[in-house]
This record gives sequence, structure tokens and C-alpha cells, in this order.
Amino acid sequence: MKNSLRKFSRGTGLSAAVLGVSALVLAGCGAPPAEDSSGGGAEADSDYLGCIVSDSGGFDDRSFNQSSYEGLKKAETDLGIKINQAESQAETDFGPNVDQMVQAGCNLTVTVGFLLADTTKSAAEANPDANFAIVDDNSITLDNVKPIIYDTAQAAFLAGYTAAATSETGKVATYGGINIPTVTIFMDGFAEGVAYFNEETGGDVQLLGWDKESQNGTFVGNFEDAAAGKTNTQNFINEGADIIMPVAGPVGSGTLDAVIEANGAGKDVKAIWVDSDGYETAGKGEEFILTSVMKLMGDAVEDVISTDVEGNFDNTPYVGTLENGGVALAPFHDQEANVPADLQTKLDELKEQIIAGEITVDSAASPK
Amino acid sequence: MTPQEERPVAPATGEGAPHSRREAKDAARQDEVRLENAVETAGGELPPPAVPATAAGLGAGPGPDSTLMQRIMTGNALVAFLSVVLSLILGGLLIAVTDQNVARASSYFFSRPQDTLAAAWTAASSAYLALFQGSVLNFQGESFTRVIYPLTQTLTVATPLICAGLGVALAFRAGLFNIGAQGQILIGATFAGWVGFTLHLPVGIHLLLVILAGMVGGAVWAGLVGLLKARTGAHEVILTIMFNYIATNLVLYFLSTPAFQRPGSTNPISPQLDATALYPPLLGPAFRLHWGFVVAVLATVFVWWLLNRSTVGFELRAVGANPSAARTAGVNVSRGYILAMAIAGALAGLAGVAQVSGTEKVLTSGVAASFGFDAITVALLGRSSPWGTFAAGILFGAFRAGGVAMQASTGTSIDIVLVVQSLIVLFIAAPPLVRALFRLPAPGASRAGKGGSTTRTPASTGAAA
Repeated sequence: MKNSLRKFSRGTGLSAAVLGVSALVLAGCGAPPAEDSSGGGAEADSDYLGCIVSDSGGFDDRSFNQSSYEGLKKAETDLGIKINQAESQAETDFGPNVDQMVQAGCNLTVTVGFLLADTTKSAAEANPDANFAIVDDNSITLDNVKPIIYDTAQAAFLAGYTAAATSETGKVATYGGINIPTVTIFMDGFAEGVAYFNEETGGDVQLLGWDKESQNGTFVGNFEDAAAGKTNTQNFINEGADIIMPVAGPVGSGTLDAVIEANGAGKDVKAIWVDSDGYETAGKGEEFILTSVMKLMGDAVEDVISTDVEGNFDNTPYVGTLENGGVALAPFHDQEANVPADLQTKLDELKEQIIAGEITVDSAASPK
Repeated sequence: MTPQEERPVAPATGEGAPHSRREAKDAARQDEVRLENAVETAGGELPPPAVPATAAGLGAGPGPDSTLMQRIMTGNALVAFLSVVLSLILGGLLIAVTDQNVARASSYFFSRPQDTLAAAWTAASSAYLALFQGSVLNFQGESFTRVIYPLTQTLTVATPLICAGLGVALAFRAGLFNIGAQGQILIGATFAGWVGFTLHLPVGIHLLLVILAGMVGGAVWAGLVGLLKARTGAHEVILTIMFNYIATNLVLYFLSTPAFQRPGSTNPISPQLDATALYPPLLGPAFRLHWGFVVAVLATVFVWWLLNRSTVGFELRAVGANPSAARTAGVNVSRGYILAMAIAGALAGLAGVAQVSGTEKVLTSGVAASFGFDAITVALLGRSSPWGTFAAGILFGAFRAGGVAMQASTGTSIDIVLVVQSLIVLFIAAPPLVRALFRLPAPGASRAGKGGSTTRTPASTGAAA
């Protein structure tokens, strides 16, 4: 056995070497840079260090961690600052990660998610010279902490109205990842939009998956199980819904799978994406994405950093609204043809009315 | 095959009735070896993955007639050490391959190969330096506190790993493959957390009650598994997996009820525990290290005593070795299952307490991180012995603590740390692989006639794979 194992290791060693060498031959033929070049790209021209700590979703969650991180990356290229990042694998990593960032001398540390609130608060109290910004949480009032929050319900309202106006079956649906305020604010806004449409046109479009009164509805129970998202969506489709909005991060890709299948089977079903413009980020089924409820976190993060670089940091919460473009309804892209011109006009009007305060979209989760 | 046939067992000096104290000790050791051999081969009684791997190393010790050099060369400690070295090397290669500077330099490898090699060396060595600085000593620290901070951080992270690992190890020794540490930690943390933020009691009593609640929570949760196994014969693996799911979702549910939420908030995060319910800092407020670590040390001593010095522990090991034989010998096997699981659960509950009243200070659905599953690895790496588990817990604590620094200061993905951890376990589970790579003699090779273990051990590891 031992001998055969040795033979085995020699055999694989040889083939691995052959493979490796051929790969190198193929890949290693480029010309070297001039001898004196430092090898790096554009060097940072500022000593400012901007940092970010993700929550347990990681920076590739196609959701708020990712958009916040992209904001920081953008600040790196646009403002020439240096950046540092720490990805949390679990909630127990929050404390050590934030501490690492403070120790690394970060001028501003962006922490993503309300779960980091306690950690951010104690780090900010212990390090009054460092600045912090926390996404999706408004519980901290300290001189060196800037909350970044979103009145997502405003944009979700427009999505709800669009869904109700374009639904053929008279049934639309939504479901969430976990029943938490940052999720339900989407669902509340969506419900309000549907209700407003019914009230205005005397229609009877039903919303499945969320009851705003009881604040209860359909939830997957996590932000990972795309298969459960697919099952949920198929159930909604079987119940007659033809527009589904998943508010569950990566779980939404299950909805797209179900929608693609349903369309393949001859049904006319569409999805509404959240957080980012799904037409550009979802990676599949773009043609079936009616629109997206966008939270433009990247812009907000970059904004906060650039004010801090200029030395104008303040702790007033940044609230993303339709007015300041922090939240928005994405373009219709391929679905343009399904959205009549008068609906587009109506949406513009509604947006103006919300900005002007003539329509108030309220959610239990709205920033106060 | 019986264990005696297939593996070299030391000469049967203590076989008969022990006369002296020394002989009694020898006999006990012999019993232990045989118990462990039996554990490994208990037919279909035991799940294949972990237990054979654990015991494969345990039983494969050199005979007493081998020289010191032979002992070292064939010992488990050397294999464990080489496994760590090997995985660090492989991990270093991975770091180098995935590094951007290396990729850039390798595009002109043939024009200037030294650039690629230098970049690879820099990438790997700086990542490991950061790992060391993040887990042991940070030479660049501004003050003494910052210099030793990483070490305390390692011990802090190791605390729940040790507690839960002991629970898993104890159950292993009783022949139970307890994968339920995750659920037991969560329930323990929930009990402890609730007592911590709902009741307001004086200093001392509060913390004591929190610890007790955590242990009771874990013990009840795991004890149920033991009870179900003892009474219905249901397999503990499926039971503990299901109990993990139940615990995870139960905690999520609790956190959606006002009793577990902060006033005025609907976020699934509990209020902070009262200051009286927290473990006091062990080395002052500058460090995160808390008295829970001392509790973990005490727990290790307790488990060692329980397994090696107490009647109950002997019964548990007998049940683990061969339940039928134990029953014949008059051991109450059902009681053994329930007791083993309950103690294992209480230990996992201690890990939960270390989380809610040590480091996190709140109850959230992620309070257990992946400690419950890491604990299985820790117990395996520690070969299910109390102090081995303790050491493995500290090693994994170091990886976890150092991984944070490695990621923050060099940009190496934290996943690499996980890869290194997994490689270590993989190599330890396959001792013949490590021996083959380093041309080490196999245990028992000097006595070729009895060399059954050389052919058998790979087979059992194969089954484990």
C-alpha cells in the first residue's frame, strides 16, 4: 500500500509537472516591464485610508455588502485613497475585524449592516479620532459615526404601482429573506404601491406573500437558499401571480430560475429585482426583469468618504430617498415595450408627488 | 476480524488479575487500547467517517519494544506536526498562486523568472507573517498591550472551540458521533442570554445563574438526543443534524418575538446582557480575553478526570467500545448514552455562555458562528482526548484570530485560512499519506509479521473519505 502510494505520488507529480510547465510556457511569454518599475499600478496619491468591514454575507453577496464595497473601490480610483477591507465570515468576526481596521489606522471605517451596530458603537467610543459610517442602521448617535440609511419604501412604492398596473392576472407577489426591517421596508412600499393603484383606478390587484397590517408574510428564513426561493416563486405562479419581487439577496436567483422556466412553459411571468439593477447584475433572465428597486449604496459610501477626505465629516444620518437619488426605480430595459407611455408619465408624476410630500409612503421600518 | 488479530497489541503483561498498583495501571492502559481498537471496528455500529480516523491514530502507537527514535518517527505527534507543516506549505502555494503580483510577474516568467519567484515568496511569507502576528505576537505593536493582544485574542476564540470540542470528544469516546454541538451551543446561548438580559440580579449570582442556564440548555438539548437514541434506537447522527436545524430556526423565531428584542426595535438582535451577567475580563479591559477561558481549562480538567479517573467515565468508554459487551458486563447502556450526550451538551452550552457573556454580549442568530462544526474537527484533531482537544482548540483559535489579521493587512482571502485548516485535518485523517510523503516508517513496520495495521489503516481512511 505504501509503495503503491509512493508510485502514485510520483506519477501524479510527473503529470502535474508536465501540466504546470506547459501552462507556464503558454502563460509566461510576455515581455517584462522595465527593470526600475515598481510593478504596481497607479500608486495612491493620498494618505487617507478608507476601510470596510462586511457582515457575514461577504463582499460577493450581490447585495448591500457588495454595493458598499464597490463604493469604496470607486473612491479608491476617483479620490486616490488607500483602502483596506475585512470580510466577516460570522458574527463573531465583527469585533476582531473592526478592531483590525482601527489598528490599521483607518480614517474612516464603513461597517455594513445593523448587526455591526454594537461593535461599531464601542469601537467609535474607544477611538474618538477615527470616523465610522454604518450602513442600514440608525441606532448610534456619536460625533464620529455617520449612519447611512435608506427610505427604500419610496422606490418600492413605484415598483408596486408598476407591478399592479402591468399585471395581466391581477395578482402580484413578494417574499423576503428574513423578517427584518431592512427587508420588510421593501415589502411595505410594494404593498402601498399596489394599494394606491387599486384605490386610484378602482382595480382589485391582489398582493400575495405580504400583509402590511400584520407585518407578516412569506419568508425563506435565510439569505442563502435559492432553491427555497424557486419553490416560493413557483407557488406564487401557481396561485396566479405574474410579477414576483424577491427581497432576499442571492435567494432571488431562485426566483429568476422559476420565472425563466415558467416563460419557457408559455406563461408570461416577470420578476422585480432589488438592491441593484438586476438587468446588469443578476446574470440571468434579464429579459424577464421588469424593473429593480435600487438602493444606491455605492454612491452614498463614496459620498461620505469624499466629504471626510475634505475634512467635512458630520454625523447627520444620510437618508437615501427618491429626492437625493439614494433610492430609485431602475430603467425597464427589455421590458420597455410592456410599459405603456402613460404609465411611465404616471410614475414620473408619482415620484414628484412623493418627493414633494403629497404622497407619504409609510412603513414601520422607515427611517424616523 | 477482532481487534486483537488485526493490530499489534503490546505483550499481555497485565492480562490476568492485577496484583499491584502498577499492574492495575498497566491493565487499565491495556483496556483502554483495546477499547479504542474496538471502537474503531465496532462493525456497523458506528458511523464510518470520524471515529475510524480518530482511533486509527490512537491505536497505531508503537509497541513498547521500539526505540525512542522509532517512537518519534511513528508517533502521532509527528504526523500531526508534519500535517500542519504540509498544509502550511500547500496553503502558501495557494496564496502565491492567487496573488495578483505573482500573476502579473508570471506573465513574463521566461524573461525574468526571479520576479515571479520573489513575488510568490513575498506573498506567502507576508501572509504567514500576518497570520503569526495576528495570532501570537505582534512585534509592530505600539505598546505591550498591543504586542500580546493577538495571543489573548487566540485564547478568546479558542474558548468556545475548546468547550464544544470537549463535548464532541466526550461523545466520541462513548461511541456517539455528536454533530449537534452547533444546536447545543445555540440553545445554551439562548438560555444563558435570556437569563442574562431578562433577570437583573446581584453580581456573582447572576453570572453563576447564566452559566448554569447555558449548561442546562445544552444538556437538555443533547440529552433529548441521548434519550431518543436509548429509547428508540434512532441514530444520533440524524438526530443531532435535525436538532441543529430545529435549534437554528427556534432561535430565529425567538429573536422575532418582543421578549428577545430590544425595546423599540424589530431587528433580530437581543438586548445587551447585564454587566453582572458577563464574564469579567481576565487581563483587564484592554483585552477581550475573559474568565470563560479559565472555565474552559477547568472543563478540560473535568473531562480528563471523568474519562480517566471515574467509574462513570470508564462505563462511558466501555459503552463506546462495544455496547453489547458493556451491557453483558452490567453497564446500563441507555443511561450511558443519555449521560454522555447530556454532559456533551452541557459542555457545548458552556461554549454558548462563552459567546453571549464573553465576547458578543448579545444573542443573535449567528452567535454560534460555525463553532459547533469546527468543534468536530477540533475533537478529531485532538484525537478525542481532553488535552489534545484543548491544544487543537488553541490551534484553531490561532488560525481564526490570525486569519483576521492576514486578511486585513495583506488582502489574502480569509478562505485560504479555511483551506489550510481543512488540509491539516485531511492530512491528519490520512496518516499513511503523510508518512509516504516524508518516507516515515509505518507503525509496526519493524515487526513485519504483525504488520496488519499498515494494510488496514489506509482501508479505514478510505472508508472515511
